[in-house]
Amino acid sequence: MTALLELRDVHARYGPVNALHGVSLTVDEGEIVAVLGANGAGKTTTLRAISHTVHRDGEIRFAGNALRGGPEAVARLGVAHVPEGRGTFSELTVWENLRLGAYTRRGNLKDDFARVGSYFPWLEDRRHQQAGTLSGGEQQMLALARAFMQRPRLLMLDEPSLGLAPLLVTEVFRIVQELNENEGVTVLVVEQNAHIALQLAQTAYVLEVGRVALSGPSADLQQHESVRRSYLGY
Amino acid sequence: MRRNAPALVAVAVAALFFALLPFGLSDYHRGLAASVAVYLIAILGLNVLTGYTGQISIGHGAFMAIGGYTTAIMSHYHNTNLILTLPLAFVITFGCGVLVGLPALRLSGVYLALATFALAVSIPQLPLKFSKFTGGSAGISASKSVSNSWLYGVSWSTAAIAFLFTWLVLRGRTGRAFRAIRDSEVAATSSGVTLAIYKTLAFGVSAALAGVAGSLFVLATNGFAQPNEFSVTLSLKILVGAAVAGLGSLWGVLLGAAFIALLPTLSASAPLIGSAHGQDVVFGLFVIVVMILLPTGVAGLIPRLRRLRVKA
Amino acid sequence: MVELARKLPLPQRRFPASPVLLLLAAACIFLTVESLRSTIFAQLTVAGVATGVVYGSLALALVLIYRATEVINFAQGEMAMAMVYVAYQLTLWGLAYWEAFFLTLAIAFVFGVVTQRVFIRPVQGRSVIAVVIVTVGLFILIDGLVEWKWSANQRFMQAPFGNKIYHLGNVPIARQDLGTIVITLISVSALWAFFRFTKLGLGMRAGALRPAAARLVGVRTNALLAVGWGLAAVLGAVAGLMTEPAEYVLQPTLMQPVLLYAFAAAVLGGLESPGGALVGGIALGIFLNLLPSHSWGFVTSALELPVAFAALLVVLLIKPTGLFGHRTVRKV
Repeated sequence: MTALLELRDVHARYGPVNALHGVSLTVDEGEIVAVLGANGAGKTTTLRAISHTVHRDGEIRFAGNALRGGPEAVARLGVAHVPEGRGTFSELTVWENLRLGAYTRRGNLKDDFARVGSYFPWLEDRRHQQAGTLSGGEQQMLALARAFMQRPRLLMLDEPSLGLAPLLVTEVFRIVQELNENEGVTVLVVEQNAHIALQLAQTAYVLEVGRVALSGPSADLQQHESVRRSYLGY
Repeated sequence: MRRNAPALVAVAVAALFFALLPFGLSDYHRGLAASVAVYLIAILGLNVLTGYTGQISIGHGAFMAIGGYTTAIMSHYHNTNLILTLPLAFVITFGCGVLVGLPALRLSGVYLALATFALAVSIPQLPLKFSKFTGGSAGISASKSVSNSWLYGVSWSTAAIAFLFTWLVLRGRTGRAFRAIRDSEVAATSSGVTLAIYKTLAFGVSAALAGVAGSLFVLATNGFAQPNEFSVTLSLKILVGAAVAGLGSLWGVLLGAAFIALLPTLSASAPLIGSAHGQDVVFGLFVIVVMILLPTGVAGLIPRLRRLRVKA
Repeated sequence: MVELARKLPLPQRRFPASPVLLLLAAACIFLTVESLRSTIFAQLTVAGVATGVVYGSLALALVLIYRATEVINFAQGEMAMAMVYVAYQLTLWGLAYWEAFFLTLAIAFVFGVVTQRVFIRPVQGRSVIAVVIVTVGLFILIDGLVEWKWSANQRFMQAPFGNKIYHLGNVPIARQDLGTIVITLISVSALWAFFRFTKLGLGMRAGALRPAAARLVGVRTNALLAVGWGLAAVLGAVAGLMTEPAEYVLQPTLMQPVLLYAFAAAVLGGLESPGGALVGGIALGIFLNLLPSHSWGFVTSALELPVAFAALLVVLLIKPTGLFGHRTVRKV
């Protein structure tokens, strides 16, 4: 397998405050990778460093090339970042949100709408509804659908389980897995809910205060003493 | 006290400088120097409101108009001593400022800016409507005109008093309340600052200073109060001066005042652009360039230079 | 039952507060009834609509920029005025009026884009005051440049519509008023369609609503801000070119009163709302046209501005964010 995304010794800061102190991680093509950690460990900042919405240093390579430019350039290379709070345009309609997902692409979107419809059949009925009036779970689905419209090579999800009922969390992760298996989308997911994240991902990284504390195949981490105690709670 | 020593020395030197300056100037330049003092007072007023309390006003020309008409009318109809009209203008415009401050309690940001802008547009129209009393578009004149030397002395003395007054207001409890409102209204309220009192007070003080400036402004234009003189442009000029000076700084005000008072005259005598329209071009360009290059105004330069020196 | 409720088409966007709508409906009914009763009233109303749409379109230009950057462009009127001079120059060089008109719109777009890039972008993201001051500087600069090139003397341009008068029943309607209304409404609708149906328009709306999220989906927000300034300049140019025939003369102060009324119209509509700006403009136009003859002689031309702004102040005090604005939650 080849590495789709590689971070080597990445630092990031908010103004004068350092949030990442040299993070290195690798995401292979077709893989699902989870980033775990407590609040403030730098999980979100790692994603932000990749999409360059935070001041960063260090080497980031995507598909073999150094990742340059602002967030819009990163998006154009095929990285779909669903940020904290899902990045939904709540004043726009569901349909317009989907069109925005495909903003970087040219040509006819009919096929894409049909494909999105196969994963999220309810979207079709709600296409003219204002996105802000959707429920939390629906908004998370919409965010996934929007990211999918981008036809990304890498899908980055920031806390997709946040604020959702357990049943919906399972549903969201099921769809992420389907996208990964059926569409070949590589996924980098940041999660507080280590339990479900480790079930989904093949590889996982544990961040502590801006550094990678542990990494390895999910199955190994699940057995790991400190991970079990700190993040899985048994 | 020792901490203030350099500031005191600076004040003393400045006082001496401005006291001796008129002897080295021609009559025309004395008038010009007096107009710097007039703008200084107005900018000082705007700075209290916008720089220290965080409330935008694009309407200070209106308060100047009120102050100016106070002087002209009192002198015209009652032959009041001109110097006595200054405190009168202060009191009247203070009241007007408080009145404007009341509705401003409900408005914020851009809406406040536009409401005060409305004021700047509307007030100069009123003398046109009530022309019997105010002389209409021809204006109304004070009963006597003053010499440039007189004007220089009075306006710089007033400026010094205004400066001292502002410093006293801003350094204590009131100043802290103003700054707290600027930084966060919610935080200010929760730490015991009554918004209604301090906001209207800031409007009052600010307007009062502008009013006094307006009085002197009228005296500087041969004692004539004319609606045209108080157009929107005047309000914009004062705002520009305050921004150039660096909002929230007292020392920059002098430079801001000099900027708006002298630049048009200076650029008119410059070669190549020596036409009346060239002035506007230079003035406009200058304003833009200053804002682009000096984000905190000219006043921001001083700490920056100091920092450079420390580094070197 | 729950399922059914979920399927009901929900309103696409929040409707403005219903008292405002009721008030507008009442005003429309009043105007129609009065117009049917009195020919002069009808005539004044139509002329009011014509001036009103012009205020509205300049107000729309202000709103366009305000929505994208939360900044009021004080130079909007002067930019429009400069474009009218450009059109004037083009007609002097022998272009027919409408050729000059459309060429000017293209020039206006470029002018807006360049202005944003050169003057606004360096201060973008600084305090609102900094940007406002730069636009004030632009105001003075453009004024100076125009007077330098063309002098402050009055100029005369070709009239685009002629002075033909149509009759609708007893009511005479000037071809010029009609032309102004039609041209302005066409340009406003074109703009609306651009925002509603094109990808670029969608990107601009997204960028105005949530710049950070828009960049994440690949919208080049910075470039689009310049496009926004370009479109605002085009709209302003239309307003300017429609103001000129109503004023009969061209001079550097052409757009200053219009800008003031456009401010009022934009604030009346709520600054955030393009529809509100247009409605605000038309309301203001009618109000100002009817005022002198319906205020028992109190409101003369000197009082028009103060009265307009007093009305604005009253609206703001009742609804501090304008007729169609809604309160945003402020972060502490």
